[in-house]
Amino acid sequence: MDSTVITGSLDQYLSGLWLTVHLVTLSCAIGLAAAIPLAVARVSRNPLAYGPVAFYTWFFRGTPMLVQLLLIYYGLGQFAWMQAQWEAANPFWLLFREPYFCALFAFALNTCAYTTEIVAGSMRNVPHGEIEAAKAVGMSRFVMLRRILLPSALRRAIPAYSNEVILMLQGSSIASAITLVDLTGAARNVYSKHFAPFEAFVFAGLIYMALTFALVALFKLAERRWLAHLRAQRVESTAS
Amino acid sequence: MFQGYFLTILGGAALTLELALLSLLFALVAGLAGASAKLSRSAPLRWLATTYTTVVRGVPDLVMMLLVFYGGQMLVNHVTEYLDVGYFDLNPMVAGVLTIGFIFGAYFAETFRGAFLAVPSGQLEAGAAYGMTRWQVFTRILFPQMLRHALPGLGNNWLVLLKSTAIVSMIGLSDMTWLADQAGRTTREPFLFYLLVCALYLVMTTASSWLLGRLERRYSAGVRSADL
Repeated sequence: MDSTVITGSLDQYLSGLWLTVHLVTLSCAIGLAAAIPLAVARVSRNPLAYGPVAFYTWFFRGTPMLVQLLLIYYGLGQFAWMQAQWEAANPFWLLFREPYFCALFAFALNTCAYTTEIVAGSMRNVPHGEIEAAKAVGMSRFVMLRRILLPSALRRAIPAYSNEVILMLQGSSIASAITLVDLTGAARNVYSKHFAPFEAFVFAGLIYMALTFALVALFKLAERRWLAHLRAQRVESTAS
Repeated sequence: MFQGYFLTILGGAALTLELALLSLLFALVAGLAGASAKLSRSAPLRWLATTYTTVVRGVPDLVMMLLVFYGGQMLVNHVTEYLDVGYFDLNPMVAGVLTIGFIFGAYFAETFRGAFLAVPSGQLEAGAAYGMTRWQVFTRILFPQMLRHALPGLGNNWLVLLKSTAIVSMIGLSDMTWLADQAGRTTREPFLFYLLVCALYLVMTTASSWLLGRLERRYSAGVRSADL
């Protein structure tokens, strides 16, 4: 092991780490925000509401994220219409030539599909007593959704969602396939410069591990905060 | 429509499936070994298995694959130089099977561990009371029942494994993703070919889910379930 390989390229690793962190944070935030209304549609009884959502989650959960990323970044340029937009310098469609935007778009679409199914599954598991109680006090569908169903379902979804975020962190390493220099991309550059695969990739792996542990700890805190009512309670002695 | 590349990509799909199945085989063996180590009485073995599953959970599959592919090649070179035998190329298929098998072995270890613990110990004691040897208890009682508990977890991991094969194209294995990339470049129709790859993956994942559902029902025969 040659530690100068790592110390000499710390700045590359740091900028790669920064890209990884904000790609994952942004895509998870967008994915979660979009997943909540989609999950509501997913559990609806109207086929026009749940049908398209079911198709979307089936497609994005059934194909590799790498292929989705390549489809968006390299694939869209195939269409003459898209090329015409680029020629005309349309600011919106020009975004699809940016590797950063394409990665964000693909990651957000992917994690949103998984999150939709997680939240929808959690909504189906809300105890029906809670729903009946909400109806009994005369809440409208929307009020019930906002006050009872979603808060209860989102809390219960935290453990499954923490897994999804960790998988996104790991999955984001494919960003280097479309020329982005994220943490993995930095490691690949360091490898090809110094021809030192062990130093380059083990160091990147250690940073990913540290990030994973930080996420696990963060979600533990979230569970303690929002799932406190589901924890086993200490039995108080009632004998007097 | 596919300008003669359709059969090429189908060949790539066969390679993808081969890679996935070989990795699955390796992962099942590693998973059973990992689960036995986790449940063993020896503390160093338990510690080793816990390190294995923790490291794998924390490091992206692509990083591990690059390490195995480039680092493994360097190791192989050192060994062949030392032994003074000819140059040996570590091919992407071997690196892919080793890495994916190693990674999913860790996930399977967790699944198997839980499944082994789910078999009631009274049944194992009953087996011993009938005078069965430890091996007979394992093959007749523990293993078949463990499999029923493990099946849902194994199924989910298989679906994840199948999709993770795509990243082996990044170290140059000519699987269907890599071939689609090549075909897309020459025909200037990348969208079409990547979409074809998506469709082929969807066929594999959808067929797998259907099959797994049937298997689960088969292995749960004789287990009562209540309708809500």
